[in-house]
Amino acid sequence: MTLTRRALAALAASAALPARAQPGGWDALAARARGQSVAFHAWAGDERTNAFITWTAERVQALHGITLRHVRLRDTGEAVARIVAERAAGREGGGAVDLVWINGPNFLALKQQGFLLRFADALPNFALVDTAGKPATITDFTVPVEGLAAPWRMAQIVFLHDGDRLPAPPRTMRAMADWAAGHQGRLAHPTARNFLGATFLKQALFELTPNPAALARPAGPGLADATAPLWVWYDALRPNLWRAGRQFPENGPATRNLLNDGEIDLMVSFNPAEAATGIAAGLLPPTTRAYVLDGGTIGNASFVAIPTNAAAPEAAQVVADFLLSPEAQAHAQDPAVLGNPTVLDLARLPPAARKLFDDLPRAPGALTPAELGRPLPEPHPSWMTAIAAEWERRTSAG
Amino acid sequence: MGAPDQRGVKPLPIALAAGAVVLPVAAGLLGTVLPAFGLLPALGGTAFSLDPWRTLLDQPGLAASARLTLGVGFGATALSLLAVTAFCAAFHATRAFRWAQAAMAPVLATPHVAIALGFLALAAPSGLLARMLSPWATGWRQPPDIATTGDPWGLSLTVGLALKEAPYLLLMLGAALNGLPTARLMATARSLGQPAPVAWLKAVFPLAYRQLRLPVLAVLAYALSAVDVALLLGPGSPPPLAVLVVRWVFDPDLSRVFPAAAAACLLLALTACAALMWLAGERAMAALGRRWAGSGRPAGAIGVRLAGLVLPVVLALASLSLLAAALWSVAGPWRFPDALPARLDGAAWSAQAGGLLAPFGITLGAALASTVLALMLSVAALEAVARHGAAARPSWLALTYLPLLVPQAAFLFGVQVALLALGLDGGWAALVWAHLLFVLPYVLLSLRDPWAALDPRLARVAACLGATPNAILLRVKLPVLMRPLLAAAAVGIAVSAGQYLATLFAGGGRMASLATEAVTLASGGDRRVLGVFAVVQAALPLLFYAAALVLPGLVWRRRAGLRGA
Repeated sequence: MTLTRRALAALAASAALPARAQPGGWDALAARARGQSVAFHAWAGDERTNAFITWTAERVQALHGITLRHVRLRDTGEAVARIVAERAAGREGGGAVDLVWINGPNFLALKQQGFLLRFADALPNFALVDTAGKPATITDFTVPVEGLAAPWRMAQIVFLHDGDRLPAPPRTMRAMADWAAGHQGRLAHPTARNFLGATFLKQALFELTPNPAALARPAGPGLADATAPLWVWYDALRPNLWRAGRQFPENGPATRNLLNDGEIDLMVSFNPAEAATGIAAGLLPPTTRAYVLDGGTIGNASFVAIPTNAAAPEAAQVVADFLLSPEAQAHAQDPAVLGNPTVLDLARLPPAARKLFDDLPRAPGALTPAELGRPLPEPHPSWMTAIAAEWERRTSAG
Repeated sequence: MGAPDQRGVKPLPIALAAGAVVLPVAAGLLGTVLPAFGLLPALGGTAFSLDPWRTLLDQPGLAASARLTLGVGFGATALSLLAVTAFCAAFHATRAFRWAQAAMAPVLATPHVAIALGFLALAAPSGLLARMLSPWATGWRQPPDIATTGDPWGLSLTVGLALKEAPYLLLMLGAALNGLPTARLMATARSLGQPAPVAWLKAVFPLAYRQLRLPVLAVLAYALSAVDVALLLGPGSPPPLAVLVVRWVFDPDLSRVFPAAAAACLLLALTACAALMWLAGERAMAALGRRWAGSGRPAGAIGVRLAGLVLPVVLALASLSLLAAALWSVAGPWRFPDALPARLDGAAWSAQAGGLLAPFGITLGAALASTVLALMLSVAALEAVARHGAAARPSWLALTYLPLLVPQAAFLFGVQVALLALGLDGGWAALVWAHLLFVLPYVLLSLRDPWAALDPRLARVAACLGATPNAILLRVKLPVLMRPLLAAAAVGIAVSAGQYLATLFAGGGRMASLATEAVTLASGGDRRVLGVFAVVQAALPLLFYAAALVLPGLVWRRRAGLRGA
């Protein structure tokens, strides 16, 4: 079964190669894309990301005559459920989703079902991606992407604190629990139903589990042993969280509001430039600082994918390619916009494109690549699913 | 034009109105019940199975979810009813009563989501109330670590629902009172030595409640199954049952659809039980009330007057909520505990302008289409009753109230399954029809009484002058009824603009309205953006309400007699 799928994937890859080799293939595709409308399903909980998508829509309209519509999601699962439901109803084309921002278990679910188009490695701008230096651009949560999704921004866990109220924040997850015991209600993490909340727990798992190397493989019979130290740690921490661990913010931006309002002193974020962009946008106090834990933090790339039943697959590929362009990548890395590090290898860019990045302002509160360190790899998606379910069980029980 | 033809045609308008509602509700219920027992061929469910129920019952916190749902349902309904009843008892026929009716109008027009967003901006630990009282009264330099919204007991959800439901019950009670000989009843009770509030409760309320029963049960069903307000103000773990249903329906793991259907069935059963319990409670209250009335004791006036103050507090909270949302929408930097933003700016408005356009268009389009359809169906049905009486089957009209009494989450999910199977999901037709389910009952309710109260002599005079029935409808009845027609249209627009679940399920991920966008954006919690959405969502129906008030006066400015019709 797996063999057949691998063979099929290889076949698809070889079929896709000519498109990259012949620019005419791509030009023809871009010509067909002109005038199409793309429904981009993307989580809409973060206003700055929404604004970036709006900007993208203006640019692809101007450059390629493509109408990009942001379908705002509460949860990426909504789009996944939609795609699977359409397939279940036998809809092979004309689907509601043309392009979807996707990661982790959602990506794995669609990949396993074979519902994703292979396109990413045939995009002209994919040649600029730093696949060697940033392996997260071709492996999503340890799952090989195999061209089924295109990366568009890098993310890494950092912690934000108010430099005035908390000058020396805890530098390990263990120390964080000790600190919280002395500072009741001053730490919050998003609900584990949200990817950031689940990632907070995964970060702790990395530090606490006896054998971190096992996290690269699917969670199996050893799950209980591997996660036992995590839950001991969490049971001690939870009563000291914000709202005594009985209520959790919905997601990252909601947690950021708490930090801005002074309801908490410390929070987790998935954007290394969150402090800088938050200060610039008036969403965080100017005294906010970011840091990385001793021993490093988990990092990954955000991806966009195209379902096989998309109504406008050509235009969706043009949009995915635009997201990889130096113009879009430099815009995303601007601390005044998103502040997310680029997925591109700057050494491969022509001088004019490279200048876009060199000219970006340095923002106070931003971390240098040296400060960020080499990111830890994401555990296999099955760990996230298992941890989130167990967290749900523990918090629902009261 | 033979007689046999006529007999078949007479019940047609009412059958059409009832069918437009009953068919989708029935299909929706079937589409919910079958998957709950493992039957949904599209997802591989081909054999009867109890597994969905086992999965549901194994869900941690299910009992807590059910308790929470019932607590919020009864709590919000009882709070709204008690507030309205005590207020009417204490302040009927006073200036305060008329003042409350004026103050509730904007709240009535405003969709639930907008009020809930405003309440969030008002009552959250870092909300406007805490800021106004800090630090001088509370000593808070940081927002307190108290769950004033999203609390695990669902208290803020209960209050948030009551903010909308109490004004609705006040409207319905006002309408019921218009049809009662209140003055005569009061005079009799007062002459027996009862103080005014006690006299009202003993003599007037029992009669008025008969007409209030249906609205009260609708409030109960709504409070038990509201998803939008619960997502904004309710606790997340464990959540109310209706939220659990929606969460599972949109789970990437599609097999979750089966336990979701079982949870929807459970919600349906809970609603039925709750309604029966409410009716039993009514009987107990009635028995107690009869003994109280029979005893002739005049005590209790002070208690009733005090309880009468709850409604003004509710109305004030609702109005302040809208104000708080509006303030947030133009707020610049605003650190706690400053009572006001450091400065005002239009940044949130200009940033959202582009994103507002599409959902505004969809909200307006769905509202206009469903309202026009509902008006046509209602006028046809009521006119059929006027022309043919019992032969038009007026009793079938009761069926159109079904969507108000069945929990939305229990049948809208099935509607989506049916739409998907028919290939109709995500289009305008599906969206408008889903909205019509909720718009039609309210439009019909608003039109029924004015239609019945129409002076029959007008039509008779026109008939004597040789006008055909259709000409009488078009040239006499509709112009005379212009004010109630416009009012019903405004009600329809407001109901449609507030539809969250119907849009989510029928929209197929392609149709995002102001309501769905606002709830989506609420998860990110940028209060300035939420303020913008709350204001726009409130403004749309308010504009139509204003038009319904002003237009008749303008059109009939030379016909003084019609202005009051």
